Amino acid sequence: MTTKNEKIKNSLNEAIEMTGSEAMIRSLVAEGVDTIFGYPGGAIMPIYDALYDYGHAVKHVLVRHEQGAVHAAQGYARVSGKVGVCFATSGPGATNLITGIADAMIDSTPLVCVTGQVTSGLLGTDAFQESDVIGISMPITKWNYQITSPEEIPEAIAKAFYIASTGRPGPVLLDITKDAQFGKLQFSYEKCTKIRSYVPEFPTDKKHLKKAADLINAAKKPYLIYGQGILLSGAEKELLSFIGKTGIPAASTLLGISALPSDHPLNMGMLGMHGNYAPNIKTNECDVLIAIGMRFDDRVTGNINTYAKQAKVIHIEIDPAEIDKNIKTEVAILGDAKHALRLLATLVENKQHQEWVNEFLLARTKEEDKVIINDLKPSKPGLTMGEVVRLSTNLTDNKAVIVTDVGQNQMAAARYARFNQTRSWVTSGGLGTMGFGLPAAIGAKFGAPEKEVILFAGDGGIQMTIQELGTISQEKLPVKIVVLNNDFLGMVRQWQELFFEKRYSFTEITSPDFVKLASAYGIPGATVSDRKDLGLAMKSMIDCKGPYLLEVKIEQEDNIFPMIPAGATVSRCLLGSDEL
Amino acid sequence: MKQEYIISAYSENHIGLLNRITIIFTRRKVNIESLTVSESALAGISKFTIVVNEEKEKVVNIVRQIEKQIEVLKAFYHTNEEMIFQEIALYKVPTQALMDSDQIEKMIRSHNARILEITKEYTVIEKTGHKEETQALFDGLNQFGVLQFIRSGRVAITRSPIERLSEFLRERDSLLDKMEKKS
Repeated sequence: MTTKNEKIKNSLNEAIEMTGSEAMIRSLVAEGVDTIFGYPGGAIMPIYDALYDYGHAVKHVLVRHEQGAVHAAQGYARVSGKVGVCFATSGPGATNLITGIADAMIDSTPLVCVTGQVTSGLLGTDAFQESDVIGISMPITKWNYQITSPEEIPEAIAKAFYIASTGRPGPVLLDITKDAQFGKLQFSYEKCTKIRSYVPEFPTDKKHLKKAADLINAAKKPYLIYGQGILLSGAEKELLSFIGKTGIPAASTLLGISALPSDHPLNMGMLGMHGNYAPNIKTNECDVLIAIGMRFDDRVTGNINTYAKQAKVIHIEIDPAEIDKNIKTEVAILGDAKHALRLLATLVENKQHQEWVNEFLLARTKEEDKVIINDLKPSKPGLTMGEVVRLSTNLTDNKAVIVTDVGQNQMAAARYARFNQTRSWVTSGGLGTMGFGLPAAIGAKFGAPEKEVILFAGDGGIQMTIQELGTISQEKLPVKIVVLNNDFLGMVRQWQELFFEKRYSFTEITSPDFVKLASAYGIPGATVSDRKDLGLAMKSMIDCKGPYLLEVKIEQEDNIFPMIPAGATVSRCLLGSDEL
Repeated sequence: MKQEYIISAYSENHIGLLNRITIIFTRRKVNIESLTVSESALAGISKFTIVVNEEKEKVVNIVRQIEKQIEVLKAFYHTNEEMIFQEIALYKVPTQALMDSDQIEKMIRSHNARILEITKEYTVIEKTGHKEETQALFDGLNQFGVLQFIRSGRVAITRSPIERLSEFLRERDSLLDKMEKKS
């Protein structure tokens, strides 16, 4: 007997008459969509009505706010490598997606966002719940399109998935008028494999590869920095064997975390404003800098006029618009990181750079002595974010998916979480969206149900999207939520302390009783404020079969170090406020 | 150093693309001096000609961002010296002014302008040329009072003997075919 899913697949090639709404759902099924995050409303009701019959094929997760839907779709995409899908209605439903779409655009996350729209005859009349979502989302989508007739649906969906997932991935928005949902079409589905005006990746130039290999082979102090491009192209193995062969020390951007196991001897940690000491200062000491799948964001480079001036820069990048955008390169290799690394690996020599690696290790010791020891083995009574994060990954054998919100909690997690599996790190990088964490953790759990998903959020950020506890509760979703509560908007407070003469302007924040609140949603939880209780509390959280909220009251005025002050050079990576 | 650049972009003729392209300039606070959009020699393909006064680095960045738009086929930038370009201007003057003296007639002759329409009340004059040239005629005619004046955006063509687009489309087709076969 064939299942209904197989029937759908089998019937894709013969045209059948159906409504635009049903065609929409069938097209999504044909693209392999198994989870949709969304919220119904007037202008998308026909699609929800069609969805009612497809519960066996697609899981729909009802969020509590459309921002939750888009962040959940992001979390899902980041851990699964698939395209995240979300639904929202017209007007406010659509505009509530905007923050997440902007986040996905800057962090190259593949999304297809479907929004309902008023009937085509009402377009431009200021109809009820009409907003120009195509216009609004234009600068923050890789592509967007308004569907006004049912016949356009299959092709538009096929293009949307092709564009979202190929090349440098990104969000696509499809706005579909209510009459296109109600109308009938002869449905058949064909995947998109080519668009004349769009080249997802350019072929890698052999001459440039050779030039890069020559530079690498001649280098005395080569240094490799990588970003999310490694994860997006699935180049983890290629990266591992490349640094294994060349003996080149490597460091990641915030979004590159988990592409390389944390305990790899050549993994030197994280770059950037609150990255590790060695990776930052060595940027200005290396002779060849190999940047792969990263875009030289200002949080990584600091002052670009004093960034790696002594080095010859090789940039391996899929997006031509990123080449020479921020940092001028000696050799630019256009193309997919996996493909380029494979080819480059055949041209480079087996090498060791032990002395150079030792320099990194020496710098690491400096950071350990001045910063890390105080974060992981503090002598003062107050709990640190670092020790909480490290304990959680220790207890999960470095296999958990770690999701963060934005701010100090995020930087502590980036610095102290350990990973030995790829796609285990979900954070909002480019946009720095507070409120990202809780819904992204929901999506991550749906994207990797077999993995432990642990969220670290601050007391500020979690309150921006705290309504999603309702989604977790309804889905009985085993997400582990750690609220690192310091009664402050910690990162802003840190800047006020360091750069605004401790004038704590509106950074003190009061919170509800998080454990009671979780309990109101039927989610168990506990609070700890004492080091002696932390281990047991963390273990109870991880052992809990369902969702759990652990509030950890941490030291109120701890700072994240190292820190490169905004606009300073990467060489000025401070290990404490005494160095300011 | 800021100077005039002519950006040419070829794209599919799709709704909304003009907006996608102009917001690239807006976001960087770059003023568009002139903009012309029309169908190219190839059916279904539009050509944008955009004039900006900017530094080269910024222009390169903008051109790459334009090219990154899914429906844009190709974008180029050129200095004024590298292209042949024209603008068209229309001037409406009172017909009485033409009757009163031969000054306007002389101006039309010396500027290589021409008359498009004459009515009892007004006369419409047309002139094509660079901005300085159409401006010079305006300044001349305005001594007699110009009733209405309009200048078009720039149109430009390269000095190379072949249309770069057709060459480009051939390369693009073979590239995409190769990639499709590989996957």
